[in-house]
Amino acid sequence: MAADTATSPALEPVPQITAHEVTRERSGIIDWLTTTDHKKIGILYLVTTFVFFLIGGVEALMMRLQLGTAENTLLDPSTFNALFTMHGTTMIFLFVVPIMAGFGNYFVPLMIGARDMAFPRLNALSYWLLLSGGVVFYASLFFSPPEAGWTMYTPLSNETFSEGGGVDAWIFLVHLTGLSSLVGAVNFYVTIANMRAPGMGWGRLPLFVWTILVYAILLILALPVIAGAVTLLLTDRHFGTHFYDPTEGGSPLLWQHLFWFFGHPEVYIMVLPAFGIISEVLPVFARKPIFGYKAIAASSVVIAFLGLLVWAHHMFTTPSPTVVLVFFMMSSFLIGIPTGIKIFNWVATLWRGTIEFKTPLIFAAGFISQFTIGGITGIIVAIFPVDWQLHDTYFVVAHFHYTLMGGAVFAVFAGIYYWFPKITGRMMNEKLGMWSFALMYIGFNLTFLIQHTIGLDGMPRRVYEYPDVGNLVLYNRISTIGAFVLGLGILLTVINILRSVKRGPVAGPDPWKANTLEWFSTSPPPDNNFDVIPRVRSVEPMKDIRRQIAYQTGTGSEAPPAAESLVRG
Amino acid sequence: MAPINRRHIFTAVLLAAVAGCLALAPAAMADFLTPEDGGSPNADRIDTLYKIVFAVGVVVFIGVEGTLLYTLIKFRARKGAVAAQIHGNTRLEIGWTVGAALILVVLATVTFVALPGIRNPENSDAEASAVVAPVAAHGEKRVPPDGKALNIEVTGMQYVWRYTYPDGDDNPLNNPYSYEEMVVPVGATVTLDIRATDVAHSWWIPELGGKMDAIPGYTNYTWFKVTKPGVYRGQCAELCGRNHANMVAQVRAVPPAEYEQYIERLRNDISAANAAAAESRRKLDADPQATP
Repeated sequence: MAADTATSPALEPVPQITAHEVTRERSGIIDWLTTTDHKKIGILYLVTTFVFFLIGGVEALMMRLQLGTAENTLLDPSTFNALFTMHGTTMIFLFVVPIMAGFGNYFVPLMIGARDMAFPRLNALSYWLLLSGGVVFYASLFFSPPEAGWTMYTPLSNETFSEGGGVDAWIFLVHLTGLSSLVGAVNFYVTIANMRAPGMGWGRLPLFVWTILVYAILLILALPVIAGAVTLLLTDRHFGTHFYDPTEGGSPLLWQHLFWFFGHPEVYIMVLPAFGIISEVLPVFARKPIFGYKAIAASSVVIAFLGLLVWAHHMFTTPSPTVVLVFFMMSSFLIGIPTGIKIFNWVATLWRGTIEFKTPLIFAAGFISQFTIGGITGIIVAIFPVDWQLHDTYFVVAHFHYTLMGGAVFAVFAGIYYWFPKITGRMMNEKLGMWSFALMYIGFNLTFLIQHTIGLDGMPRRVYEYPDVGNLVLYNRISTIGAFVLGLGILLTVINILRSVKRGPVAGPDPWKANTLEWFSTSPPPDNNFDVIPRVRSVEPMKDIRRQIAYQTGTGSEAPPAAESLVRG
Repeated sequence: MAPINRRHIFTAVLLAAVAGCLALAPAAMADFLTPEDGGSPNADRIDTLYKIVFAVGVVVFIGVEGTLLYTLIKFRARKGAVAAQIHGNTRLEIGWTVGAALILVVLATVTFVALPGIRNPENSDAEASAVVAPVAAHGEKRVPPDGKALNIEVTGMQYVWRYTYPDGDDNPLNNPYSYEEMVVPVGATVTLDIRATDVAHSWWIPELGGKMDAIPGYTNYTWFKVTKPGVYRGQCAELCGRNHANMVAQVRAVPPAEYEQYIERLRNDISAANAAAAESRRKLDADPQATP
């Protein structure tokens, strides 16, 4: 295909690679350890974070087993507390945030027509920092894992109430993964700002790249705050300071403010790239341009801005003046508007399309249906008098799992099924993918829909046992069964990946007839990604290229590139 | 295409079932879908506010999920079907942006209307007028319009709640107190000063209204007025350590006369215990080997 397009006048072959030296190809493991290729680093990211996802999933299943019945004695309280602390930390710091960096690493350069990231060695550093963060954190399993929850509220996380090194391991995880993300964010920003293919203005940037750009900016704004906050916690714990110690004039609420000033943007850091994946998948399988490109791109920016102004809605039950409560309720309401715009635009993208029910599309549709529920319950908990009843209960647990598991993770799965052919050159098994989706969808909703009711009935989160009152046992058992169905669904995708990597049918460069430039290259792409970098004339460059080829070779029935497609976007 | 269609129908049925549950269940099981209520007017008002918001949420839910489902079924790829190459529709997009904003304006208005009833304590009933006393409002602490309430201090500590009842004088050290179970008179507006001595806790009796965090170094405020005698249970809602799950609390509402007896008994018990302790101390001072 590249040869065909090279003959096009619009895609003039210009020698773009100059070899300065010839190095011997490194072999196997050494190659993976020393690589600075964005694709290999992307694969390292994706595999590592997925392993952490499975570990975090096992932790979740252990908690659900414990909660499967009232007054269960399967786990002791310290184990249970360690489990939810590690589950939350793992899923956020070691899975959702970095897997988006994994997709970003692999696909941002490809989608914008670049040959690598701007700083390849910095890119490798950011991966190894992530891995060391994970290793340091999980090493605490061998002495005393942290038990204060992923939010590490002081004074509970102070030396007095959390002895041992668990909390310190958590602090170093935040520092290491934070540095990793900061370095990566700068890299993404520079890459996207400077290395776009000729013709790719901001208005033609793929929507996934838009969200990675916003993701990078949010990381740069939010991470220094948590880095400072955990450093204060570290000095409180070991060097005699009292930043958070109320008995010495410090403030536990200071921690909560600093933590959530990072923590809420972190939510959007996790979910914005997921939005990006959905915005890429839907138009491909609906065979229709994305509806309202500008609105979707702009709403990402607006969400990021508002996302910096909503943090104290996690603190509605703390001693706070009414004006604070009202401000954060209104800002949280406002963020519902750009989020709603995205959902409406996605549905409108499907409207009047010809929807092909391939696995990525089905996961994307699952994402929309579940994220909508998370959005609606988000508005409910944003109303602070109502939140006084719902805060810190299973209702909130259900709410954020609908946004992060039903939302972000389903989008990650859509991304895995969508991009797997590009990464490995092989297709995944569709049938197994469908089964995986079905089990995940049923399992997820079985697990978390009922948790709204568990919370409304008065069960707080983070309790290792509960009394046998009302229907709590029944509801919790439904949730536990659902969790295992969900786990089985995820397992099917793991099997699918392992099988397809070796034995899947060969994909070819563009199996989905997709829209963006990564599909212009071979699958998997060569070291420098492209032989020639085409001039980009719209937001869907591959559609233009396919039309051009069909026109020039006379093979297709499609019309020549319409004037509109040259102008639009 | 057969398996795809089956999958598809299944998803449709599942979504419809979910929507059906959400739409039909309120009549059948009131508290399945709403917060606990029935103990105190503020809890009832939160419940009402929740129901209004929830109803709006159900409408949005059915609208979005219904359209999504319809779209997925109606516009699936078929022979001869051609996708419409639409890039957007500015008028439509402005329309739903304004629509979403309007819904939020409505919700904000409803919240502001409901807020005073939830946040501001109301006057005690006449039957309880003997047990309430003037309480000063300050900062975020609100008191009933007539300025009288039963003000109880709630102190959270790992892993028990301590309640200090007022005794009419200014010395807080000799007040009657109890742990775990708070006894209150029916019909009296109880205002709470919530504090913690070690880590953060959260005071919450679901049927008596929302939770308020107990944070060391701060005082948080809330109120309730129990309308009928009974026991109302709750537990600490903020992770406070290994035994967080068992840091329970309960409020027992009794007639005002019985409350006064209870306080009298507490006072007697405490002074008897103090006297016994003083006796033990005296014995030990005289002879450190004595069995106290």
